[in-house]
Amino acid sequence: MSDEVEIPEVNYVSGTGVPIRGNDIDTDQIIPARFMKVVTFDGLGEFAFFDVRFDDEDNQKDHPMNEEQFQDASVMVVNNNFGCGSSREHAPQALMRWGIDALIGEGFAEIFAGNCLALGIPTVTADSETIQELQDWVDENPAGEIDIDVEAETVTYGDNEIDVTVDDAQRKALVEGVWDTTALMKSNAGAVRDKARELPYVEDAAIPDAE
Amino acid sequence: MSKGTLYDKVWENHKVTELPTGQDQLFVGLHLIHEVTSPQAFGMLEERDLDVAFPKLTHATVDHIVPTADQSRPYKEDAAEEMMAELEQNVRDAGIDFSDPTTGDQGIVHVIGPEQGITQPGKTIVCGDSHTSTHGAFGALAFGIGTSQIRDVLATGTVAMEKQKVRKIEITGELQEGVEAKDIILEIIRRLGTEGGVGYVYEYAGEAIENLDMEGRMSICNMSIEGGARAGYVNPDETTYEWLEQTDYFQENPEKFDELKPYWESIRSDDDAEYDDVVTIDGSSLEPVVTWGTTPGQGIGITDPIPSPEELPEEKQDTARRAQEHMRVEPGETMEGYDIDVAFLGSCTNARLPDLRRAARIVKGRQVDDDVRAMVVPGSQRVQRKAKEEGLKDIFEEAGFEWRNAGCSMCLGMNEDQLEGDEACASSSNRNFIGRQGSKDGRTVLMNPRMVAAAAITGEVSDVRDLKEVNLA
Repeated sequence: MSDEVEIPEVNYVSGTGVPIRGNDIDTDQIIPARFMKVVTFDGLGEFAFFDVRFDDEDNQKDHPMNEEQFQDASVMVVNNNFGCGSSREHAPQALMRWGIDALIGEGFAEIFAGNCLALGIPTVTADSETIQELQDWVDENPAGEIDIDVEAETVTYGDNEIDVTVDDAQRKALVEGVWDTTALMKSNAGAVRDKARELPYVEDAAIPDAE
Repeated sequence: MSKGTLYDKVWENHKVTELPTGQDQLFVGLHLIHEVTSPQAFGMLEERDLDVAFPKLTHATVDHIVPTADQSRPYKEDAAEEMMAELEQNVRDAGIDFSDPTTGDQGIVHVIGPEQGITQPGKTIVCGDSHTSTHGAFGALAFGIGTSQIRDVLATGTVAMEKQKVRKIEITGELQEGVEAKDIILEIIRRLGTEGGVGYVYEYAGEAIENLDMEGRMSICNMSIEGGARAGYVNPDETTYEWLEQTDYFQENPEKFDELKPYWESIRSDDDAEYDDVVTIDGSSLEPVVTWGTTPGQGIGITDPIPSPEELPEEKQDTARRAQEHMRVEPGETMEGYDIDVAFLGSCTNARLPDLRRAARIVKGRQVDDDVRAMVVPGSQRVQRKAKEEGLKDIFEEAGFEWRNAGCSMCLGMNEDQLEGDEACASSSNRNFIGRQGSKDGRTVLMNPRMVAAAAITGEVSDVRDLKEVNLA
């Protein structure tokens, strides 16, 4: 039964970084809407940040994700309110398919962070000064390894270890490998039907019989 | 922690259990789906051999990619046709009601839910669209979700969520002439910031909110997400109940109205409810608000000077500098007189009947400026029909507006309605992000629908209070 999808635990993420600077980077920038006219997420990676990476003739513009030194990066280091705007999961899907396994930032928009969690991508936070120092370090050390310890809430790079924050539910979900909630919630189907019966606005005909 | 608020009560009523992550599993009373964010979720269900758990609590429409000019099938654009066909297949297989364009009920998902009476107080409502917060206007707990969560809701009828804090935003006093709901929410976002609502649900209250019609309340709740709050709501009251009574659902099931009303009353925030934060804004001091930048938080009163980046908090300065460069505006100037090329009257924020009526009062007997292309995109087929019956279509067309079919259209430029090059657009929509309206050099100025009408006529951002209104009757 495919209900039993293998959900890996995400305790650590390690890799080189790529700094994406600026507050309020919205999901329209991360994946412009015209690339969402697709019925699967496959192939979205090449369109990540498309309009800030390419000009009208598809020539590369000055952007970290175009730089040779960041091509293998898997940890994106961002500033505040990253991922604001639309609920499109296409945004983290595009980043993931470009190669991103984790994000470190000053703050994330709520729906974006939730979408990342649903893909097993940690979004860990630290204050703005700490983030800027890390971004500068990544610029100077593009091949330098960044290690995120999700459970311990630390990030190690170079000779530095910094404390970061991982939202409680996110941390538990990642560390215990329960970030894909479908099967988990489906196992409560009986209680869900009971809840439906309790609610005054749910009509009996809308509640299916037990499987 | 908040206590006794509508949010606390609706949450508690819908909580199935606490999950091992500490999140709660919440029952979903209404799941709205559309063509852009649901196909991948149906694909995931298929991969896992799962069925839709509550098809009768699910409702579909098509809005994002649907053409607003020629809607004959197959759609001219292959990708749009493919997405539509995929949705048709999915809803047919699962037995989900679909307000497609042939039903006469199609429209933007956040317009049709309320119209049909399936948006109700005390329901949990989710949709793969961040503007789902709109439905909070009825006292529902409504929020946007991503595609993996759509998979969860389809498969289980529930969603995993963490409880948020509640901030009460009280708008006191009476609004001045010419000031609308849109101006209130733009002012809220300007003051509290685009990230100010992260971790919060917004409860909108106070005299100015209570005096709004349902459409105005929807405009406000709609843009909660632009302030970072995933959900926003207004406590249901007589205005809400009167609106609901006229909807299909309660016209067809009048006994349900009396049956449900005690529930609606029971979920209102208690008089002594406790909030995590309270913010008060004097509504009588507001004037029409327009944006000067590239986030919805970069707004000012129409007579106010554009701020210099240096006077803003440090973390806002860099964004402001880049925004002013993109928009080509100078600190110290007002937005009045800013040349526009396009006027867009549409979107889930401001394309309901009263929005079009108010705009028509400005437009009637006047002509759209020669250098402006102006379009009205009604929020739904019903709005379109009623507006035509009332003569609004004729007013707009005689003035030189294009009158289109219902859809999201130029709010996000996923169909053919897009800005070109560096065109500037006076827009009644909700996002002025760079590239949002389909051109990465496009410039969007957000404003209320009457201000859009005024800009269409004058060819520049204008103070609608300077234009005499025409009585439509």
